[in-house]
Amino acid sequence: MSNYVLFLIIIIYLAILFLIAFVAERNSKSKWVNNAVIYSLSLAVYCSAWTYYGSIGIAATSGINFLAIYLGPVIAAPLWIVLLKKIIRISKQHKISSLADFLSLRYGNNRFLGALVTVVALFAIVPYLSLQLKAVSDTFQILSNKSGYVSTSVWDDSTFYIAVLLAVFAAFFGTQTTDASEKHKGIIVSVAFESVLKLMFFLSVGFYVTFVLFDGTEDIYAKIIQHQSVTEQVTINSFEEGFNWLYTIALSFIAIFLLPRQFQVSVVENVREKHIKSAIWMFPLYLLLFNIFVLFIAWAGNLTINDSSKAEYYALLLPLQNNNTTLAVLVFLGGLSAVISMVVVATLALSNMLSNNLIIPYGFLDRFVKSHPDRNAKYIKNIRRISIFSIIILAYIFYINFSFELSLYAIGLMAFVIIAQLAPAFFIGLFWNRGSSKAAIIGIIAGFLVTVYTLILPFTLRIITGTDDFMAYGLFHYEALKPHALFGLDYLSPPTHAFFWSMLVNLGCYLVFSVSMKGNYRERNYAEMFVDSKNYTALQDSALVWKGEAYVAAIKNILAKFLGEQRTQRALNLFFRKYNLPLDTQMADARLINFSEKLLTGSLGSASAKILIASVVKEEEISLVEVLKILEESKEAIARNKLLRDKSSELLVLTDRLKIANEELIEKDKQKDEFLDTVAHELKTPITGIRATTELLMDESDDMPSELKAQFLKNMLHDSDRLSRLINNILDFEKLSKGRVQLNIEKHNIRKTLNLAINSFKQVATKKDVAIIQSNQSDIYAIYDQDRILQVLTNLMSNALKFTTPQTGKIILDYKYESGYLEVTVNDNGSGIPRADLPYIFDKFYQSNNQNIIKPEGSGLGLAICKQIIDNHEGKIWVKNNKKNGVTFGFKLPFK
Amino acid sequence: MKKILIVDDEPNIVMTLEYTFKKHNFEVYIARDGSEALEIIKSVFPDVIMLDIMMPKVDGYQTLRLIKENKNLEHTKVVFLTAKNKASDIEKGLKLGADKYLTKPFSVKKIVSEINELLN
Repeated sequence: MSNYVLFLIIIIYLAILFLIAFVAERNSKSKWVNNAVIYSLSLAVYCSAWTYYGSIGIAATSGINFLAIYLGPVIAAPLWIVLLKKIIRISKQHKISSLADFLSLRYGNNRFLGALVTVVALFAIVPYLSLQLKAVSDTFQILSNKSGYVSTSVWDDSTFYIAVLLAVFAAFFGTQTTDASEKHKGIIVSVAFESVLKLMFFLSVGFYVTFVLFDGTEDIYAKIIQHQSVTEQVTINSFEEGFNWLYTIALSFIAIFLLPRQFQVSVVENVREKHIKSAIWMFPLYLLLFNIFVLFIAWAGNLTINDSSKAEYYALLLPLQNNNTTLAVLVFLGGLSAVISMVVVATLALSNMLSNNLIIPYGFLDRFVKSHPDRNAKYIKNIRRISIFSIIILAYIFYINFSFELSLYAIGLMAFVIIAQLAPAFFIGLFWNRGSSKAAIIGIIAGFLVTVYTLILPFTLRIITGTDDFMAYGLFHYEALKPHALFGLDYLSPPTHAFFWSMLVNLGCYLVFSVSMKGNYRERNYAEMFVDSKNYTALQDSALVWKGEAYVAAIKNILAKFLGEQRTQRALNLFFRKYNLPLDTQMADARLINFSEKLLTGSLGSASAKILIASVVKEEEISLVEVLKILEESKEAIARNKLLRDKSSELLVLTDRLKIANEELIEKDKQKDEFLDTVAHELKTPITGIRATTELLMDESDDMPSELKAQFLKNMLHDSDRLSRLINNILDFEKLSKGRVQLNIEKHNIRKTLNLAINSFKQVATKKDVAIIQSNQSDIYAIYDQDRILQVLTNLMSNALKFTTPQTGKIILDYKYESGYLEVTVNDNGSGIPRADLPYIFDKFYQSNNQNIIKPEGSGLGLAICKQIIDNHEGKIWVKNNKKNGVTFGFKLPFK
Repeated sequence: MKKILIVDDEPNIVMTLEYTFKKHNFEVYIARDGSEALEIIKSVFPDVIMLDIMMPKVDGYQTLRLIKENKNLEHTKVVFLTAKNKASDIEKGLKLGADKYLTKPFSVKKIVSEINELLN
């Protein structure tokens, strides 16, 4: 096929891509542009020329080893729902536009770290880009039948023009806005479109080879097993090879997150978080489909072409060999699609890093501050455009100089190993707030140096010196320093070997230095935000620790340099409204500083944003102790709030209980008052009598009749007795009710106790002419305090005596044994107790309304004391009116 | 001769008051509680009624209320003589319309002079 026709096809194809990107950019709000399918397909930028051609090369020589590169992403996909979501959320909040920005922000807007990440990424990706250019060049030559031709100058090399066109494409659609964190919908849609094409064309050639050139998969398999040993290629043969697999899977797992182009499409270009949900199955499915025919194309190539040096291009050579030029062109276009999407996205991502993390923060900030906003925007765009062109030209130069040594697979893996150096700082930093910037920097540099020694240096030296001496003998001919077998570790493939050692050193440095070197307050602050992304929004508003002095006007000034006067005013108004601040606020607070940095991050990168804002802010250094205190406090406050909520419900219950207890106490207090009142009243009554009588008797002028005098003296005696009885009863009652009485408990015969009681009371009863009868004469032994029980019996009998009438009056005492209790009753045939009084009869000082006639006899405590005595015996006292007349008092004493 | 009604449920105290007022030329009536007192004032209109408060059946307060309702006793003075000596008790008694509030224990001489003062 003619050179020019092919070039024309390429131009037309690129024109179509431009058109698609242009239309998508125009309709950037359409659902055709913003959906999960576009997102998932854009992730397939992972499948570059390496996948398209390189996999077949590997499959042809070493079988299924190529699969490891796809297993990592497949394993990673389900984790996206947690991991990628967190990364996307943080990036959106902070307008992060690249991996370098992300890491620099996590470690406290560290300028050097951002620059370091950029340099590492450049080292990894520029060779990778040149590899893509090589693929274009190689396939172009294969298709145009100029395999022997080597371009003599840049100007007649088609690859150069293709590279320039790609740079134009990336520059045009990649720098529409100064804010690099804005979405690049045109590029993404064209990438998605290319993902469809490359898959379609690759499946076509797979189908063609398998089912047209051969008779299906079984046919190829049947033939290949006669041609070469296959089992070795489709199985993992040894422990060592298992390690190779494991490390390669780990590498690709890291790559799917950290390759700049993957970060660009999966994080920066993500429109909605929920698109991840679709991507976690669509993307693995895409990879699966892509790999279906790889092995068969490779085997078919081995069978018919059998030239391992051309194995990478079997997909193109097979249709060509069979004179199917159309299919060959389609395969070429598929490969070109893979190249274009990779180159454009990777260049875009790298240029953002280069401009925002290296060029601007290290050279242009001062100029920006002095310059006009419109010109600043132009400057930034131009820096980015120049970056894009420089990167592509750099890749082209690399390609020209190393082109013959480039193997797609080797260079691809080298890129993975280099980019993996960012993994510890990235992944651990997401979940461990102790990870510090110094540790990250040391880890990355150390890991990178190990990679240089074990992977890049041998590779470069071989190309430059043309010998393998360095590889074979190691540095200074030390056995232990052989770059591909450090310390005798000789069974791993060079990339996995490099990965193992560099990661070991990197991870070790990161962990050790994180623990031993604490970050400054700013770092801890951002670390907290990244790690605790659940409380992320709350944290970022409240926990930004900042102490200093800044004027809103000064900050506004800086913002206007990049956003323009109007946008700045609008943004500030929004901010003031959000936090209910007056529009003419003078002094800036931590939130405004944070907000302003965020506004600038998109255009300038986080490190530059920090430097710019810091230039107008008089910030006071806060000691780490202070920061930790503040952070701890906010953490504690959250914990305390939760605790408080739990406790408050408990407290409510307690309050209710306390209320009840308090009411009870008040009631008791009232009762106590009433009791004292009553006691005082009861005491005063006899005293009043004695006092008045004494006064009368003392009046010598008075000639009181002697019998009256005798009556008064008798009254005094009576009142004195009453007084002392009352005092005794009160003291007795108090002692009993407080449980301060030691009962003298012994075994007694209740019959004898009753006899004693009756004998001592008989005199009083006989005087009133009331009979006392003890009906039961059986012996029942029980355990009780006999004196106290006698007191109870006497009280009950005198109570009964009050209600009975002379002559007919009868008091009957009885007792019996009943189910563990001794029951004693005192029964009378008196007037009974009014029903209303029954419940209160045992209350202290309770006096029935109908007993006033005999009141002077009672202290009002008799029955209350009885109840206390029985209670102290753990017994029970009760009263009930008889059916006919009279009342029965009874008590039960437990047998022990 | 002035008439006095003594209402109290403590016979010993009543005895001293009865003796004292008789000696000071009062016509003395005795009631052992509120209900007996109310019975007496149906036919007798004393110049002064001396009321205890803590009494069974009808207490001093209730008795005073009923006395106040009796138009025949418009000019009758009512004096509380009680052991209840808290400020709140005194206030309550005077609010109900008692003319004097005397507390137990008491001096008979003082009681007589207080009553005479009240009646003159």
